[in-house]
Amino acid sequence: MYSPDIIIEALLNGLLTGAIYALVALGLTLVYGVLHIINFAHGALLAAAMFAVLLINQLFGVDPYVQIPFLTVIFFAVGYGLQRLIIGPASHGRDENILLVTLGLSIVIENLLLAGFGSDTRSLNTDYSFNVYEVGPYLLSQVRVFGAAGALVTAALLWLFLSRSDTGKAIRAVAREKIGASLQGIDVAHVYAVTFGLGCACLAVAACLLLPTFYVNPKIGSAFVLVAFTIVVLGGMGSIVGAMLGGLIIGVVESMSGLFLGESLGQIGIFVIFILTLLLRPTGLFGAKA
Amino acid sequence: MSTTQMSPATGTLPPDEMLPPAEILKVENVTMRFGGLTAVNDASLTVKKGSITGLIGPNGAGKTTLFSIASGFLAPTRGRIAFEGGDITGVAPHRLAERGLGRTFQIVKPFAGLSVLENIVVGAFLRHPRRADAEAVAARVAARVGLGDRLDDPAASLTVSGRKRLEVAKALATGPKLLLLDEVLAGLNPSEVRDIIPVIRELRDTGITILMIEHVMQAVVSLCDEVFVLAQGAIIAGGTPQQVVSDPKVIEAYLGKGAAARLNRGETADA
Amino acid sequence: MSALRPYLPVIGLGVLLALAPLFVTSNVALNFLVFTLIIALAAQGWNLLGGFGGQFSFGHAAFFGVGAYVSAIWQMSLGLDAWTGFVAGTLAGAVTGLTIGFLAFRAGLRGSYFALVTLAFAEVFRVLSNSSEATGGAAGLLLPLRIGAQNLQFADRSTFLAFVVALTILVLLLVQWIRGSRFGAQLVALRENEEAARALGVDVFAVKLKAIGLSGAITAAAGVLYLQYFLFIDSNIVFGTWISVEVLLAAIVGGLGTVLGPVVGALALHGLGELVKHLAGDLPGIDLAVYGAVLVVAVAFLPGGLVGLFRRKPAPRQVRKTAPEGGRV
Repeated sequence: MYSPDIIIEALLNGLLTGAIYALVALGLTLVYGVLHIINFAHGALLAAAMFAVLLINQLFGVDPYVQIPFLTVIFFAVGYGLQRLIIGPASHGRDENILLVTLGLSIVIENLLLAGFGSDTRSLNTDYSFNVYEVGPYLLSQVRVFGAAGALVTAALLWLFLSRSDTGKAIRAVAREKIGASLQGIDVAHVYAVTFGLGCACLAVAACLLLPTFYVNPKIGSAFVLVAFTIVVLGGMGSIVGAMLGGLIIGVVESMSGLFLGESLGQIGIFVIFILTLLLRPTGLFGAKA
Repeated sequence: MSTTQMSPATGTLPPDEMLPPAEILKVENVTMRFGGLTAVNDASLTVKKGSITGLIGPNGAGKTTLFSIASGFLAPTRGRIAFEGGDITGVAPHRLAERGLGRTFQIVKPFAGLSVLENIVVGAFLRHPRRADAEAVAARVAARVGLGDRLDDPAASLTVSGRKRLEVAKALATGPKLLLLDEVLAGLNPSEVRDIIPVIRELRDTGITILMIEHVMQAVVSLCDEVFVLAQGAIIAGGTPQQVVSDPKVIEAYLGKGAAARLNRGETADA
Repeated sequence: MSALRPYLPVIGLGVLLALAPLFVTSNVALNFLVFTLIIALAAQGWNLLGGFGGQFSFGHAAFFGVGAYVSAIWQMSLGLDAWTGFVAGTLAGAVTGLTIGFLAFRAGLRGSYFALVTLAFAEVFRVLSNSSEATGGAAGLLLPLRIGAQNLQFADRSTFLAFVVALTILVLLLVQWIRGSRFGAQLVALRENEEAARALGVDVFAVKLKAIGLSGAITAAAGVLYLQYFLFIDSNIVFGTWISVEVLLAAIVGGLGTVLGPVVGALALHGLGELVKHLAGDLPGIDLAVYGAVLVVAVAFLPGGLVGLFRRKPAPRQVRKTAPEGGRV
């Protein structure tokens, strides 16, 4: 059996990772909550963001954390463009089509990354990558603590934006009542694209926070996409609070099942939660929708 | 034609009482709640075998909800439905179709990607497992509702009137004993209504009992043997069309205040 | 005669395919055809459920892999022969389909939710087979080379191609027959409108279950063929996302819910893939990137797929949904 200290440390690490998972899931759930679509390209876009961080770091030596403002804007624009120019027009407003179009996009992105960067797994080493905090008997990686803090701050900012700003109010209006909102003069296509852009911006932040500690390869997206879906389904499709809590839960589950089942079987825990939630409680733990 | 029971005493019938054969459908004290909203409130009605029975009432009265309950799409919060004497409360729609209870939808649901014939064939397959038989039945049914010359057209190309006919044809192809028609005349112009009325009457003449939700009063008066009025979820009147339209309760609830006077002047007769 | 008429296109394509083993001699071309037809067969399974039934699975790798692994274990661990292994693999696919279908359809999952849950099942299988001893773990399983018809291994590729062609034609005929049958009509009806189908006496749950069972069997049979041809499988190959994607891609590009679509789609896609690889040189993944783009373009501009191009003007697609709906009702 493991000593309590090891378990508690795994728990803490799970929470730290979970916070970043939550940030990834936040983008997904936001898009679902407003557009009612499942963005299958979410994972591939995260991979793209991570490679962007890596590339900028290698070419210009810019620290990942310093890239946050810049990459957020870029990915907002990428997301806006994707929804406005490709996903919206190509899917003719049908649910299954959106799923297929975003699947197609994810294949394109993933394989372009593969063609461009090769299949090697890379990581980005900063001089603070291995710093740790000592909290009592536990060692916590500094970059993971930064990551979790950054994720929580981003979530808080997003929440403030949605509840206070005019654009945020328009987004919530469209989420609740699309036709009513359009009758109020809200440009729904624009709001959709903004929402999609915000979802991608979350990914950019997540990529910057992840890279000092996490490896990257072109396939990394598919590892994240099911985790993110699980969080979103668990937290209730479209629920922001649910995504945050779901992210923390999944982080802990992953770290625990990794500890007890080993690295490769450890992933099973997440898939099983995913399947069980879908089969037994598709509204999620915190789903508000009837 | 006599009025049937509308007394509250119907609620006290013992549940195992056998239905007289003359009644094909019996709705007993059905209540349907959605959250805090009561869509149908203790409604009871009876459809006599071989009749055309109407169910009328203002918008939002709960007519379609009652239809969905009778056809198995919704399970009532309380109450009981009997079809040919057997309890069918909560029985799945496809089982009811097998037993001979067919329905149409107010918002028509054509299989838009298929041809008119293929649409009807789906219904005909219920009792005719071989394609050749099912197609023959479907073609006959199509002719009966006036779609005989459009068999190969895509269902999506039909006009509103054509889609209503298709809706009836699909249900008819399942070989129902009782057909629930949900506003098949809504959205049709007067001449289209005139065309379709004989079709419905002819269905009854071939032995199919019909329960219809209808707003077009002209059709109700000319077609129905008996009419029930649903208002705010409750049955407030029942009887022959003439009795019902002169019932003050109905005029209040259904046609609005002041309508009684207009009705007495006979204006609604050709509305 | 008129009863045979719907079968004419199938027979036409069948004759073309049947001629292939006689005229194709180069190993490269034989490889291409065998592999493409294996995908086409798997796609035919997907198409039955996704194209005719409208239930889009993102996890058909689950069936492909179950077929391959069951047949491999059947031969290697149990020492049984390849032909019964073929049957066992196919049946295992059916059982897997029925199980996943029972759980998913009972829970009322459809649309995106159904797609995601099938994907998750495939991933569970992949992880399990990657770490279980019975399936050879991450090393995979290498089927011993034992040439001989009784072992479903052939000395020359063209014989294997003939076998694959025969199976493809058989499945094409089966699907064409299903299409005209009561089951086929009910399957298409529930795709178009589930409520309306129920009102017409269609037992929606039973019909979906039947479809996913058959679909699983066909795709699993393709998985067995993969094993018998390449003699090596591992979890990332036969349970990998790529196979789930390839089958839906072939069906959609070829023509959703058409009998010939999956074969036409697989041939067209792989042909295109080879062309791109030829033009772009050795860039890894470039052919797949093109596949992804083709999927987007097909959804946007080719609702009837390639097969639809050769038809008389297709019926206008279903009335657009004004409000996108969630997966559950």
